[in-house]
Amino acid sequence: MRSRRSLTFLLFITPVVLWLFLLIVLPHVDLLLMSFHTEDDSGAMVWSLVNYLNFFQEPVYWRTFMRTAIYAILVTMITFAVSLPVAFYITKVVSPRFSGFLSLLLLMPFWVSELVRVYGWMILLRESGVLNHFLMVSGLLQRPVEMLYNDVTMVMGLVYTSMLFMVVPLISVLESLDDSLIEAAYDLGGGIFSIVTRIIIPHAMPGIMSGGIVVFMLTLGNYLTPNLIGGKNSLWFTEQIYNQFIASFNWNQGAAFGFLLLVLSSSIIWLGLKLTRQKLSQVVQ
Amino acid sequence: MKKLTFLCLAVSLVVAFSLPCAAETLELLTWEGYAPKALMDKFEQETGITVKPTYSNNEEMIAKLRATRGAGFDLAQPSQDRIASVQEKFKLYQPIDYSKVDTAQIVPSMLKAVKKNTLVGGKSYALPHIYGTSGLIVNRKFAPEAADYSDLLNPAYNGRISYRLKRPTLIGVAFSMHQDPFALYGNPDRYQKLMEQVGQKLIDGKYLVKNYWTNGDALLQSMRSGEVYVAMAWDNGGWKLHAENSDIDFVAPKSGALGWIDTFAIPAKAKNVSAAYKWINFMLKPENAAVFTNAEKYGTASAGAIEFYDPEVKSNFQRSFSQADIDNIKWYPPVPAKLESIEGLILDKVKASNESVPASERNKSE
Repeated sequence: MRSRRSLTFLLFITPVVLWLFLLIVLPHVDLLLMSFHTEDDSGAMVWSLVNYLNFFQEPVYWRTFMRTAIYAILVTMITFAVSLPVAFYITKVVSPRFSGFLSLLLLMPFWVSELVRVYGWMILLRESGVLNHFLMVSGLLQRPVEMLYNDVTMVMGLVYTSMLFMVVPLISVLESLDDSLIEAAYDLGGGIFSIVTRIIIPHAMPGIMSGGIVVFMLTLGNYLTPNLIGGKNSLWFTEQIYNQFIASFNWNQGAAFGFLLLVLSSSIIWLGLKLTRQKLSQVVQ
Repeated sequence: MKKLTFLCLAVSLVVAFSLPCAAETLELLTWEGYAPKALMDKFEQETGITVKPTYSNNEEMIAKLRATRGAGFDLAQPSQDRIASVQEKFKLYQPIDYSKVDTAQIVPSMLKAVKKNTLVGGKSYALPHIYGTSGLIVNRKFAPEAADYSDLLNPAYNGRISYRLKRPTLIGVAFSMHQDPFALYGNPDRYQKLMEQVGQKLIDGKYLVKNYWTNGDALLQSMRSGEVYVAMAWDNGGWKLHAENSDIDFVAPKSGALGWIDTFAIPAKAKNVSAAYKWINFMLKPENAAVFTNAEKYGTASAGAIEFYDPEVKSNFQRSFSQADIDNIKWYPPVPAKLESIEGLILDKVKASNESVPASERNKSE
């Protein structure tokens, strides 16, 4: 019986290990080696740190890098601020019969691909778009306004794309929150602010962190939304990686950028966990 | 438990071996619009070969073939100036076997030019297929004066300008500054200096730009809706719009339209080489080439196709190009290695820069 069980175990673990090793570990090792190589004048590949040096010497690279990081943190915070009331409403306020239906409504936009959703936003917001048309007809605007291609619209698009990944973990942690704690707080004269900061947020912390990690990673690695909605003013670091690989044919530089992005996201998440005194193992549960 | 294990294995084996043996196919790596459905269907009827097109652009074609070292596709269509240096470095293509090509149906001058420009180690790697130019698409109603690349930086069209953030824009603007970037191809240092000047101009004029377009259909849509008056784009787009709205047309810029030739090149590890040659000969047959040109407005290297052109297609060319404009077309010479990374950095800087409206313009708008 024991050997049979280990055989089954082997059968199920093999694809996972193969998948991890062949599709994730191996390519990354290859990319890491690539990032430490460069071409010398004769066109031969030699070991070098020049790809990483380029990043620090060329302001355009690290500025884009910082910009991307700051905007990703901002998007994560806004997403949290928008998602908490939504999750609270679904779990605590509305009758349980409807909460499933409301979660389904949240899920629905994700049945179409991100590209289609982004184009949807573009049709709404462009100068000759739906929103401008209604504002003109209602007489609120004399001339159409371009609402696309700026940072505010880009942040809104990013929040919209990642909201679901914050709401779902929040719903699952808030479900375990005992209503009587909130009632007791009201009885003792607590206001909304202190209830949110001293009861709801501490209880929801694991959910906030796991949602935050997912949203942050998705935003940092997003390519479509900044590129299409942000337009001319929004170089995102992923786009710079793409440009190195595709437009400049410099895979070594692109690989170095990729690793810098990996280091950045890992360290920001580590910092976030430290600041909130959470453990990764707790958060991913 | 054992039964289950066995079942799993059996199912996976059955799945692995029952993959259907597909009919003969041609994996074509090409540009959008280069393989019209009507011609793919006709080709399948004549030869029984199904064409499977993948749509891409020069940079992505090279990246895709480089990732597989020239496998996965039977035929690619890069521009003629982007073949020689890539071939030297990465060996992505195999030499053209001219005995398998019906060269009599190709315009001799183009055949010769492409042969020369894709010559690596004594062998040529491409055949000409489609040619066209990059220039300006202008809405005459709002921008009657626009005539050169410098109008992409003209404050008169504030917020109504669009172009691609790609190398043709840099080169076009350089020509409008009375420089010849092609002459500096062999001198990376001076080329870099020129490109830095061009980049600075684009940064200074960034506040005028509506957006940097990436998708041809999206650009045509914003020209159609009147959001954009002046754009840098390919000639066929302007001609397509002209058929809908006679105010809009393609204009050959004063400092010269940029001429390109897209080719047929066979990847090094192509599986179905004979189908690739069949498709090449098929597409260059005059009546088939004319079907393509009438639909997409681009010219082809097919000799004699002109007899089958719609009159409207012929008039497009005459309307946009005087004899002087034709003589002034700047044909892309082969791009040496290293220029791409110079241009890449400049383009990144333009995209990352903050737009600033000069004080003189700010007062005007108030």
